[in-house]
Amino acid sequence: MPQNRLTRLFQEKSGNLLNIYFTAGYPKLEDTVTILEELEAAGADLVEIGMPFSDPLADGPTIQASNQVALENGMSIKMLLSQLAQVRERVSFPIILMGYLNPVMQYGFERFCEEAARVGVDGLILPDLPFAEYEEEYKPVLEKHGLSLIFLITPQTSEARIRQIDGLTNSFIYMVSSASTTGSQVQASDAQQAYYAKVRSLGLKNPVLIGFGISDKPSFELACQSAHGAIIGSAFIKALQKPAEVRENVRSFLKTLR
Amino acid sequence: MEYRVNDRGYYGQFGGAFIPEMLYPNVEELRDKYLGILQEPDFQEELQELLRDYVGRPTPLYHAKRLSEKYNTKIYLKREDLNHTGAHKINNTVGQILLAKRLGKTRIIAETGAGQHGVATATVCALAGLECIVYMGKIDTERQRPNVEKMRLLGATVVPVTSGSQTLKDATNEAIRDWINHPEDTHYIIGSVVGPHPYPDMVARFQAVISEEIRKQLLEKEGRELPDYVVACVGGGSNAAGAFYHFLDDPSVKLVAVEAAGLGVDSGHSAATSMLGKTGIIHGSKTLLMQTEDGQITEPYSISAGLDYPGVGPQHAHLAQTGRARFIAITDADAMEALRELSRLEGIIPAIESSHALAALKEINAGPDEVVVLNLSGRGDKDLSTILTYFEQQDASK
Repeated sequence: MPQNRLTRLFQEKSGNLLNIYFTAGYPKLEDTVTILEELEAAGADLVEIGMPFSDPLADGPTIQASNQVALENGMSIKMLLSQLAQVRERVSFPIILMGYLNPVMQYGFERFCEEAARVGVDGLILPDLPFAEYEEEYKPVLEKHGLSLIFLITPQTSEARIRQIDGLTNSFIYMVSSASTTGSQVQASDAQQAYYAKVRSLGLKNPVLIGFGISDKPSFELACQSAHGAIIGSAFIKALQKPAEVRENVRSFLKTLR
Repeated sequence: MEYRVNDRGYYGQFGGAFIPEMLYPNVEELRDKYLGILQEPDFQEELQELLRDYVGRPTPLYHAKRLSEKYNTKIYLKREDLNHTGAHKINNTVGQILLAKRLGKTRIIAETGAGQHGVATATVCALAGLECIVYMGKIDTERQRPNVEKMRLLGATVVPVTSGSQTLKDATNEAIRDWINHPEDTHYIIGSVVGPHPYPDMVARFQAVISEEIRKQLLEKEGRELPDYVVACVGGGSNAAGAFYHFLDDPSVKLVAVEAAGLGVDSGHSAATSMLGKTGIIHGSKTLLMQTEDGQITEPYSISAGLDYPGVGPQHAHLAQTGRARFIAITDADAMEALRELSRLEGIIPAIESSHALAALKEINAGPDEVVVLNLSGRGDKDLSTILTYFEQQDASK
């Protein structure tokens, strides 16, 4: 596997990594590259772009609604990849595409990987892709195009399975903070701290970023004490709903974090 | 050819468990335990007793003489409409509630479209004394008011779902999200042969009592276990899965699956998934699925709220692809005509879902010496207001 921007990032920076999620085509169809530019300028270390889907099973109301608006705006995989065609002239931080499997399947997985890699995408999150299918069908294609696949773990994921995931991936592990869909209000608890400590004690080869329920500076900083960084999604989507211009919304939200 | 699930959770190329990691432990637990629990003698004993004394099984296999005369063949109706709560749905919920108890679950969730599965779930939760939360699209709560009231009377909480298109597929999404948020104490009773493995197989096994009884009853009445045809309607496909189950390996039995064509297969207002769908992933299962070119799931249409699911169970996708079952699509108009016909010929008011199967009788052209078993999956009481409105509008437009 050739070294990509993700592996380089984790070599250069080992903590306080800020990963921001946003839905492609939201709030406006043409906002994608603008948001990317502002995020990098304002100090995000990497970004996760959601490819909207009609039925986002793992997402709470905020991201569901952004998916729906993005689809109504006309967003599609084809549209997103065309928007990203020149993105590497504008930003240099790692870009991950997150999406449910069905739209990717319909686009054609090989074609999708080839085109995503060509525009400069570094990794994928496909939350509903099972291991067995990944290993048999999808892994060779991802490797051929130099894309990393990022897996999720939750408080219910067994140690054996966490180790299996650690062996399958080569970028980072997405640690879901609690049993929930995205955007839930997660109270820091002893159980959660114990889960974070357990994962830390496993000595995994990959860095770990915590996501779900991370919404502001205190929750971001708390997560960073237990992992290499954290992912903010729903709270950023909410920030994009503010009346100001999109660049201003990105800047002022990031200012509250950094 | 193997028509049942393989050890990887697939039916041919369909099936599997395409679920996010958050659901993995729940589904894994079920996958590892369901067959063992189903085989336990005390589980079977409790299940058989409930099916007999509570559900009212075996349901009759009724020789419909006037209907037979009309179609010049021998037609038997499998009377699932006579079950407690009025449809086959309870065969599955009784089984799953006993399973949930053995898994130590204290909280039950379910999705429902028309409300039949919701009522069947609320019923068994009352029986078992377990908390019950039913997700139902907001639009469906409005068009199926009496079932909402029934569920509440039975002690269930009905949650109107306002996400997406506010119908069955969104209710299912919301139930899955609930399960993600309650990974330890909750069992999700899916109402059809859909969802991630092992649900399609588990639900089919609970519904298989239908074909098990048909074989015995037909032997008594006809001196043979095998009919020439088994006809059943398919939305997600649970009643058909149960009616086909014990005939899958008998090639002389022609299996007929009847989908809802809505206003016509090519009208843009249809639910004929086997004809309009492409392979995709819905609710954790790889199956035939109605979707846009971009892979967004589309909203199907049928006058029957129990048949308008954009996917179909993975086993049915496999039966369609291999040709083991013949798939026929029936329009709203033909189904409603068949509903009135059965009401007047036999004094039985069928559910609109089951009326689609009845309307297929004229398509299959069974011979005078052939035996047709038609699974009458539910009764029409729940549909009364839809039926009246439909015929009033039809009369007005004449």
